[in-house]
Amino acid sequence: MHCPLNGPRNISEFIYGGDVKIMPNPVAGSDYEWAEYLFIEDNLKGIVREWWMHVPTSYWFIVERNTETDEIIKTLPPEKLAFQAK
Amino acid sequence: MNNSKNNRLEEPYGLYINRSKQISFYFNSNLYTGYQGDTIASALAANGVFLLSRSFKYHRPRGILTMAGRDANTLVQVDDEPNVRADVYLVREGLHVWAQNVFGSLSNDKGQIIEKFARFLPVGFYYKAFYKPKGAWKYWDSVIRKIAGLGKVDTASIPYKSDKAYRFCDIAVIGAGPAGLSAALQAAQAGATVILIDENSSLGGSLNYTRVDQQYSCEQLIEDVVNHPAIEIYFNATCTGWFADNWLSVMCPARMLKLRAKIIIAATGLIEQPAVFRNNDLPGVMLGSAAQRLIRLYGVAPGRSAIVLTSNEDGYSVALDLIDVGITVNAIVDMHKEEKETELVAEVKRKNIAILQGNAIYEAIPGPGKRSITGALVGEISKDGSVDKKLVKISCDLICMCAGYTPAAQLLCHSGGTLKYDELDATLKIKNLPSNALAAGSVNNIDKLDAVLADGKVAGWRAAKKIGFYLDEEPSVSENRCIRKQNYPFPIFSHAKKKEFVDFDEDLQIGDIKNAIKEGYDDVELVKRYSTVVMGPSQGRQSALNNMRLVARYSQQPQVNTITTQRPPYSPEYIQHLAGKSYQPIKRTAIHYRHIEKGAQMMPAGVWLRPAYYGEPTQKSECINRESLAVHNNVGLIDVSTLGKLEIRGPDAAELLNRMYTFTYSKQAVNRSRYVLMTDQFGAITDDGVACRLGEQHFYVTATTSGVDNVFRNMLHWNAQWCLDVDITNVTAAYAAVNIAGPNSRNVLNEVVDDINLDANAFSYMEVKTGHVAKIPARILRVGFVGELGYEIHVPAHQGEALWDALMQAGEKYKISVFGVEAQRLLRLEKGHIIVGQDTDGLTIPPEADMAWAMAKTKPFYIGKRPIEVLTNRGLTRKLVGFEMPSDATLPLECNLIVEGNEITGRVTSVSRSPILEKTIGLAFVQLNQSEIGTNIQIKLTNSKIVNAVIVPTPFYDPHNKRQEM
Repeated sequence: MHCPLNGPRNISEFIYGGDVKIMPNPVAGSDYEWAEYLFIEDNLKGIVREWWMHVPTSYWFIVERNTETDEIIKTLPPEKLAFQAK
Repeated sequence: MNNSKNNRLEEPYGLYINRSKQISFYFNSNLYTGYQGDTIASALAANGVFLLSRSFKYHRPRGILTMAGRDANTLVQVDDEPNVRADVYLVREGLHVWAQNVFGSLSNDKGQIIEKFARFLPVGFYYKAFYKPKGAWKYWDSVIRKIAGLGKVDTASIPYKSDKAYRFCDIAVIGAGPAGLSAALQAAQAGATVILIDENSSLGGSLNYTRVDQQYSCEQLIEDVVNHPAIEIYFNATCTGWFADNWLSVMCPARMLKLRAKIIIAATGLIEQPAVFRNNDLPGVMLGSAAQRLIRLYGVAPGRSAIVLTSNEDGYSVALDLIDVGITVNAIVDMHKEEKETELVAEVKRKNIAILQGNAIYEAIPGPGKRSITGALVGEISKDGSVDKKLVKISCDLICMCAGYTPAAQLLCHSGGTLKYDELDATLKIKNLPSNALAAGSVNNIDKLDAVLADGKVAGWRAAKKIGFYLDEEPSVSENRCIRKQNYPFPIFSHAKKKEFVDFDEDLQIGDIKNAIKEGYDDVELVKRYSTVVMGPSQGRQSALNNMRLVARYSQQPQVNTITTQRPPYSPEYIQHLAGKSYQPIKRTAIHYRHIEKGAQMMPAGVWLRPAYYGEPTQKSECINRESLAVHNNVGLIDVSTLGKLEIRGPDAAELLNRMYTFTYSKQAVNRSRYVLMTDQFGAITDDGVACRLGEQHFYVTATTSGVDNVFRNMLHWNAQWCLDVDITNVTAAYAAVNIAGPNSRNVLNEVVDDINLDANAFSYMEVKTGHVAKIPARILRVGFVGELGYEIHVPAHQGEALWDALMQAGEKYKISVFGVEAQRLLRLEKGHIIVGQDTDGLTIPPEADMAWAMAKTKPFYIGKRPIEVLTNRGLTRKLVGFEMPSDATLPLECNLIVEGNEITGRVTSVSRSPILEKTIGLAFVQLNQSEIGTNIQIKLTNSKIVNAVIVPTPFYDPHNKRQEM
């Protein structure tokens, strides 16, 4: 896998951190939204966005992966995704 | 000892053997001799022993089939190792080899009787016979396991050492035959680094054992490859799997190689296929290539008089090879009707050997006990493909089968390639090669040697070009590449009395496959699962193609054109090699050797070693009691260097802690510390520690020894999303730390501290100071770690030992004591402190552990807040409480159950005898209705006895925390 920080590294150096999801509003979000966020996985067939970490450097980044072919389409640093601090 | 039959040939035959080194070994208790370099099978064959084992189901006699480790006919037990392939395993002095699957003796196996009942053992038999009536399997299970067992597992066996190696290269070439050699050389000459892998101990592949025309000598090629600095060669190494991103598993002797290459060239060659006729499985019937391997590699004559059954020209070279070593060839039975008009065939004709065109073997005639063969019945192949009943009897003790080939494309199939049947050549061909893979040579269905060499060259050139190495123009491909009709389209001849084996591993006959199809399993994958064809140790190497032919014909689906899915491993692997060396990384603190000097019993704590207690194991509880009482009454010193430590710096440092931990940190004063409790997204407790605010934008946070890596990882993960302006660093190993605790701890510390006022009002409980201890720069935390007045001192790791020595020296006049983890746990239990992961489980939310005090109510968010609220509002179902028992009561174990009648209502999480309290104390999860102070609970001991305990408030000791705030 191509790590945005370290370049191509052995896949065994990485760990998976789940789908990229947006957390519901901690106050205004409904119980339903929270349950959905915490417990329901989309499990999509096709291209998904996931969190991965390069373990030796503890670097988290985002991976676009095709779950059907297990092909990594691209990797990008997390700053590229607009996350709003809530 | 049977030396009456000496089958050893003179030199130059026997490439692999060293005639100057004789080796003695035992086979079924009989002593035999062979030469260094002999396999078990070749050494026995040299002594005239061809019967090696018994088959899996019918206990039929079996012997050499492939002489290449590709079949299961030669599986034997070697000393404590079962299922050894006798045709590739080298003999060693004093080796004890045993035939497998034998009741009684190998030559007179009582299990043969099963064969007589074969008609009662139809395919799918197990599914039908033993599951009715209900419960029948319980009986049959042990009977069948006894009959079907392969080798014997020796549970006392001591494994040898094996390890793993990681290698990288530009191009990996698998197979060092002519194609692999020329591919490797071409790629290396272009500038690529090449790793060449072969399962044999020599280069050249089939050139070593087949009849090669002298004009194609590859000696120069081999020399060039060996001398090329960019080519690294692995002998005796089998590539067993090809995984994602060109990751190859290569099994070497006592080592697994994890190899990653940019491009992989498979030059894996062909696998010769057997013909199917009655008794085609008996000793004496082998592949043509097996006979050639015996002759050229091991210098052993495979028989005295032979019949060659062939579909291709290779059968004719086998015949010539046999004649060259003095074996009479009584007939060449050529399944094709048309005569071959080549120089090779002409040479055979000049030797006056009978060639029977369009004929096949109907059955091999067994000798006594089916331990050998004495001849064959041969007849013409009629229009429908069966053998005409006008049969001729030809005597022989050897039948060589040259019925054709399949490409050894298993690895290519692991990486996404597929095999499709080609009607014209009656063989399987590779399709859909992935872009980072190339096939070269005969695996590509190229069989003329000059074409094979050219094909290897082209593959090497293309592979190098793919990764940017150019050298000249692309080499030309030779025009005349293939010899057509290598394979006979249907070399399967059914017999009225059956025993024509399609799959030797599983003893499957033509009728078994037909029956599976008749029962509706009309796809190769379904036939496989129902009949177990291709499922044995040889994984269909000799049976997949013939099985496909049978399925296509008898299911009347000519479109069936592929074999079952090929999965790793290509050949058997040792689980031990997969596991490799067992590594247990251990970290030692800076003060480690001081503990050893003091006689500490060390124990693992995460990846660290910590002193459990100081003293003899026989005195364990006395040591722990003494150490804990020293802390209560005087002063004790403990190494806490293994605590996790994190530096959090930046404008958003307090905000990060607010989000990660349950308390509020934004208003925490500088130079004060505060408890931290971490919960996960689902609200469960995952870690705790202390946060020290060293500056407006600087926190020093401790975490549990085993939890810090995850805490650190989690902080980084969340901050990757929040993008707070904060820097997070794991400094666990950068600092050594000790805790000095007890009423005299301030006095001891005063001896070595000049620049900090330690008076109670100047340095209060939960305060943090930065200064020097014994001139060592230190962070001093006044915390209630073990419930007495105490200080935690953090210093740079390399000065940890100096700090320890200074404190021990300063404490001498106070009779300072050292204490270990056991006493620490006891002291903390006395204070009712929980151990995350022991007193909590993966679902424990803070209110259950009575830690609502640690949860900020007004903060809008911290990780886990919402689920904790939801779960708390729903009503708690259990609670962690303190309990006590008289000190003479039997001590329960952690995890003993709390019971109420027949109901389980909870469990003990921590328990210990407290010498200061003179009673047994503990923590336990109980149901809410049992959590009131004063409730009596029953604990069920491991021996099922019930003991009583009573719920009491925590802390057990010094309930108003006066002592730690002194």
